Amino acid sequence: MPRVLLIEDDPSIREGVALGLRRRGHEVRSAGTGEEGLALLGAFHPELVLLDLMLPGINGVQVCRRIREDSLVPVIMLTARGDDFDVVVGLEAGADDYIVKPARTAIIEARVRAVLRRRPAPGGGLGVERHGELTVDRAGLTVSRNGERLALAPSEIKLLLHLSAAPEQVFSRQQLLEGVWEHSYHADARLVDACVRRLRHKIEDPAHGPRYIQTVRGFGYRFGPL
Amino acid sequence: MPSRAPFGLRTRLIAAFLLVAAICAVSTAALTYRQARSAVLTQSQDTAVSTLRDQLEAVALTLPLDQRQLQRVVDDVGRRGKPHPWVVFGEYGTLRATSADLGSPVSDVLTDTLRTQVSSHPHGAFQRVTDDRGEPYLTIGMPAVFLHNGAREATGAVLYAVMPLSTEQQTVDAMVQAAKQGAVPGLAISVVPALLAARSVLRPVRDMRRAAQNLGRGRLDTRIEVRGADELAGLARTFNETAGALEESVAELREAEARARRFAADVSHELRTPLAGMLAVTEVLDEDAEQLDPDTAKALRLISAETGKLAVLVEDLMEISRFDARAAGLNLDDVDVAEAVGKTLQRRHWDDGRVTTDLPDGVRARLDPRRFDVVLANLVGNALRHGAAPVRVAVRTASAPEGERLVVEVADSGPGIGAEVLPHIFDRFFKADAARTRSAGSGLGLAISLENVRLHGGTLSAANAPEGADGFGGAVFTLDMPLEAAP
Repeated sequence: MPRVLLIEDDPSIREGVALGLRRRGHEVRSAGTGEEGLALLGAFHPELVLLDLMLPGINGVQVCRRIREDSLVPVIMLTARGDDFDVVVGLEAGADDYIVKPARTAIIEARVRAVLRRRPAPGGGLGVERHGELTVDRAGLTVSRNGERLALAPSEIKLLLHLSAAPEQVFSRQQLLEGVWEHSYHADARLVDACVRRLRHKIEDPAHGPRYIQTVRGFGYRFGPL
Repeated sequence: MPSRAPFGLRTRLIAAFLLVAAICAVSTAALTYRQARSAVLTQSQDTAVSTLRDQLEAVALTLPLDQRQLQRVVDDVGRRGKPHPWVVFGEYGTLRATSADLGSPVSDVLTDTLRTQVSSHPHGAFQRVTDDRGEPYLTIGMPAVFLHNGAREATGAVLYAVMPLSTEQQTVDAMVQAAKQGAVPGLAISVVPALLAARSVLRPVRDMRRAAQNLGRGRLDTRIEVRGADELAGLARTFNETAGALEESVAELREAEARARRFAADVSHELRTPLAGMLAVTEVLDEDAEQLDPDTAKALRLISAETGKLAVLVEDLMEISRFDARAAGLNLDDVDVAEAVGKTLQRRHWDDGRVTTDLPDGVRARLDPRRFDVVLANLVGNALRHGAAPVRVAVRTASAPEGERLVVEVADSGPGIGAEVLPHIFDRFFKADAARTRSAGSGLGLAISLENVRLHGGTLSAANAPEGADGFGGAVFTLDMPLEAAP
């Protein structure tokens, strides 16, 4: 029974989406403004937040930043295609995925499940790997740098695990969208780029170029070589 | 600038000016020449004739003349030629005398005309002649008379004076020469006002031409400076008024178009919100319809199905209005084309044998994967719906001067596209049959595909395959775009 917090200003969407998700066995609480949603966050402890980008008062992007300040709860943005700029800004603010409105409940639920899925360690490896200064615990889904645990959002952890599972193998953005986000349809490659930027910001040494997550021009990304 | 015609306005104006100047110069010269020539000649003639007459009257003649006396008279008169020296011949009956030395002109310049005139004119006659060498002479015939009781009586002796007119000829020649020499610089100088006049006409014309070109390029605020108050200034004023009116009406049209576009975008946007709510609950309707009475169930399923279609339509309308507002952008990524095509087909479950592919390996392109997917899905979906399976998707690359191109062909095995339909195939909401039945899609699929391809800097065209071409005799859609789209 995943607990979902829905922050959406339009009552019909709020009610419709909440109804649809409840029917599919989710526990849903909804809020009509960002402030209300942030207040509920502490009381309700949702496992996932569905966040509309266009909100009265403080907008979705700002809400997302506030959530990320002290929480790693997965955030999925609800956007209308065409609010292109907002998508990028929202992803930079730490959202894990986005859904284009209008969407059927089946689509919304699939995205929710994909984000919430805790991936078992591929190949059932040793569980704990060391890559340079990074320590990756595949079983516990944690990453430390020089012994210090890093606060990574769900999509960031998944991306890092996916890339480091096959060091030096190049993954195209499309492959990463399918492997990490489980997008079966063409999603936006900017989702990957934004997540890579956020991840680099947390694991790379800003004084040097990217060491762990390297860009392969014309192809995609790879982990290493270190 | 297109090249000027060989006989442009400037050329014609200058030619007209020169022609006028030439006519003036020639006629002036001709009149002057005639007047001056006759003045010069008349003066010489009169002097010569009166001199001869006076000389002849001053000579005392004793009739009948003998050869010696005739010779004396001739010599006497011959020494007093005016204004030029002359040669005198005397005739009296059968006697002949001349004042000429050897080598001087002889009497063969005296014509019979002169002789007959002399015989009928007691005051003498003259004639201008040229000898066979072309030298001009004045010939004067003067009968010698004596006064008898106050009447002039002919003596029967006639004196002829032959005077070369070469000096007068030179004077006249010099005048002609002067006229000739004066005409050429005169004509040359007349080119200057011709050029000035041409320029004064041509400059406004050139200005107008430039302005008209600018107007044609869409710079509707182009105006011409109005100088003076002549016809050209009037034309410039009219041009400016026309341009102003044009600018105004185009601005109105654009304003109206922008309003219409905004309206369409706003409407779509407003529709999206209620649709998002409705679409979220369609499943509830579908699921619960089972337990309700048939009519209610039918109604609910209808609402559910139509809501889904409406959502697609509104989404497509939003997409089109973004293209119209030029707000659509490319999110480029490097993709393997064969893989991208394969995924598009697989996602829509078209990998069941209805679609055959011809995909070369290792073709990588830089494009917007979502938009490429939309285009391909539309083309293949159309081919399956309006054409017939099997549908062939062929990918190839081509070289062009502007760079490598990606060419994708989607051909079906249907009857092809009707000739009357073909020009409108990419129109929005175009229905091939006049019945206006709704198609399965939004009616915007091909229009959106075309815009998506254009956004990549490519072209999308529809045609019919030639009969019996490798089993795909139906419609062929060809997508041609840069292998590396520019952002």
